[in-house]
Amino acid sequence: MQKQAIFQSKLLPYALVAPQLAIVLIFFYWPAAQAVIQSFLLQDAFGLSTSFVWFENYLELFKDPAYFAAIVRTFAFSFAIAISSLSFALLLAVMADKPLRGSTLYRTLLIWPYAVAPPVVGVLWVFMLHPSLGVLSRYLRAMGVDWNPLLNGDQAAALIILAAAWKQISYNFLFFLAGLQSIPKSVIEAAAIDGARPMRRFWTVIFPLLSPTIFFLLVINIVYAFFDTFGIIDTMTRGGPGKATETLVYKVYTDGLLGGNLGSSAAQSVILMVIVVVLTGIQFRFVERKVTY
Amino acid sequence: MVEEEGFQRYLAHVILWIGIAIVAFPVYLAIVASTQDNAVIANGQMSLLPGGHFLETYYQTLFVGTSGSTREPVLNMMLNSLIMALLIAVGKIAISIISAYAIVYFRFPFRMAIFWTIFITLMLPVEVRIYPTYKIVADLHLLDSYAGLSLPLIASATATLLFRQFFMTVPDELLEASRIDGAGPFRFFWDTLLPLSRTNMAALFVILFILGWNQYLWPLLITTRDDMQTIQVGIRKMITTTDALTEWPVVMATALLAMLPPVFVVVVMQKLFVRGLVETEK
Repeated sequence: MQKQAIFQSKLLPYALVAPQLAIVLIFFYWPAAQAVIQSFLLQDAFGLSTSFVWFENYLELFKDPAYFAAIVRTFAFSFAIAISSLSFALLLAVMADKPLRGSTLYRTLLIWPYAVAPPVVGVLWVFMLHPSLGVLSRYLRAMGVDWNPLLNGDQAAALIILAAAWKQISYNFLFFLAGLQSIPKSVIEAAAIDGARPMRRFWTVIFPLLSPTIFFLLVINIVYAFFDTFGIIDTMTRGGPGKATETLVYKVYTDGLLGGNLGSSAAQSVILMVIVVVLTGIQFRFVERKVTY
Repeated sequence: MVEEEGFQRYLAHVILWIGIAIVAFPVYLAIVASTQDNAVIANGQMSLLPGGHFLETYYQTLFVGTSGSTREPVLNMMLNSLIMALLIAVGKIAISIISAYAIVYFRFPFRMAIFWTIFITLMLPVEVRIYPTYKIVADLHLLDSYAGLSLPLIASATATLLFRQFFMTVPDELLEASRIDGAGPFRFFWDTLLPLSRTNMAALFVILFILGWNQYLWPLLITTRDDMQTIQVGIRKMITTTDALTEWPVVMATALLAMLPPVFVVVVMQKLFVRGLVETEK
């Protein structure tokens, strides 16, 4: 795609792209290159000499059971967050898609959590489910649940997943609603004339037609769970108890803070870059197939 | 028309209200907690109805801060967040629109190479380049500054892409017409292209403002001085102290103040917000 009508100038276009290019090179490419180079180097204990060690830092990481556990945990979190948030949002979107009185009000009342920052989400949920003073914890204990996410790793993980899924409902709802509204009414009417009941219409007609949206949202939600949950984890559990809620991004952050092995920390960053590249690749390939909102 | 029996419709209303209640409950709880006495909350005896400490809590939160370790008024944190969010949103739009203009309306060597260089940054979110970027910002002496908070986040592949796509749809006749009127590249940009891009810019601004206001990891790393804290970082520090000392009403009031500007933007500019969201994710 190219414009036919253009301006002639030798220097002006460079001046126009210069600000963005400068920022991109200084704050994006330079640090990324640093990370890649650093990931092939090994520093001795005193930081006096560094040597080139090829993929040793990576091999060490993959041999490390703690790192492997963090990978598994991150993927488990991602799928749990994506699936719980997507299914709840889909239910709400299907309901809001019906010709109801007050449907714009419903939409407004459901989309605002998008704007709540992850650390704030963390604070809200920590307060609600705090073991000693949380309002909901009272009921949990009354039901006989020994609720203490500060000590119990599984409960802490559940808390993170719930809070992260809560925040993402609004986003998923919005895209599901748009997807549902783009399904031609005539298709649904045809199914109704053939005698399909609402449940059957949903599973055999609407759900398949919605599958592009579902797939798109699945990718977006996984990216979200990988990166944007940092703020939620940091305010709720700080990766604990133990390492029960430490995701890959959180691990890069804490390992870096401890300031230990530079090479290993860089290798972790590079692995994250590869994951982003793969996820973005999937997303783009899919968007090529054209979804209409 | 597909028939919708009364019962089905009734059920839809009920499910939607349950959904709204679930979504709103944590925030309702925060509102209630911010108006109650801390001692009562710490006992686990919090009532589910608002208490009488509203003015007191919000006055303390905005102008004094917590009485514990970080005694920083939240109003100041909000100001920092506002400056950062505006710098990020305006900066991203400004540098993206001029890059897109160069890429679409000029032919020059390395044009596509530059476009791809910008585009690939999509795959380098701040989370994957945390510490090397931190080091550069430290070397440039930008720690604890508004420039340090915003500059490393200001490049935008999505905004550049969006403006490029939009410019491609602008008919060539407009450029030819303004050229006949004697307009150069600056005049055409300012008088023709910019007014046409207004809706796109507004939609983008809404999304980018929310994104900027909600930044967390980056400000957490590069601000050390209390008076440079953004509200998202400040709220985390409030609950760092041992549980017994956390001033929950102040924390909850801060949480509500932290979500107020972006939620306001979403609700009031809903049309622009939805448009921006759908466009930036494509």
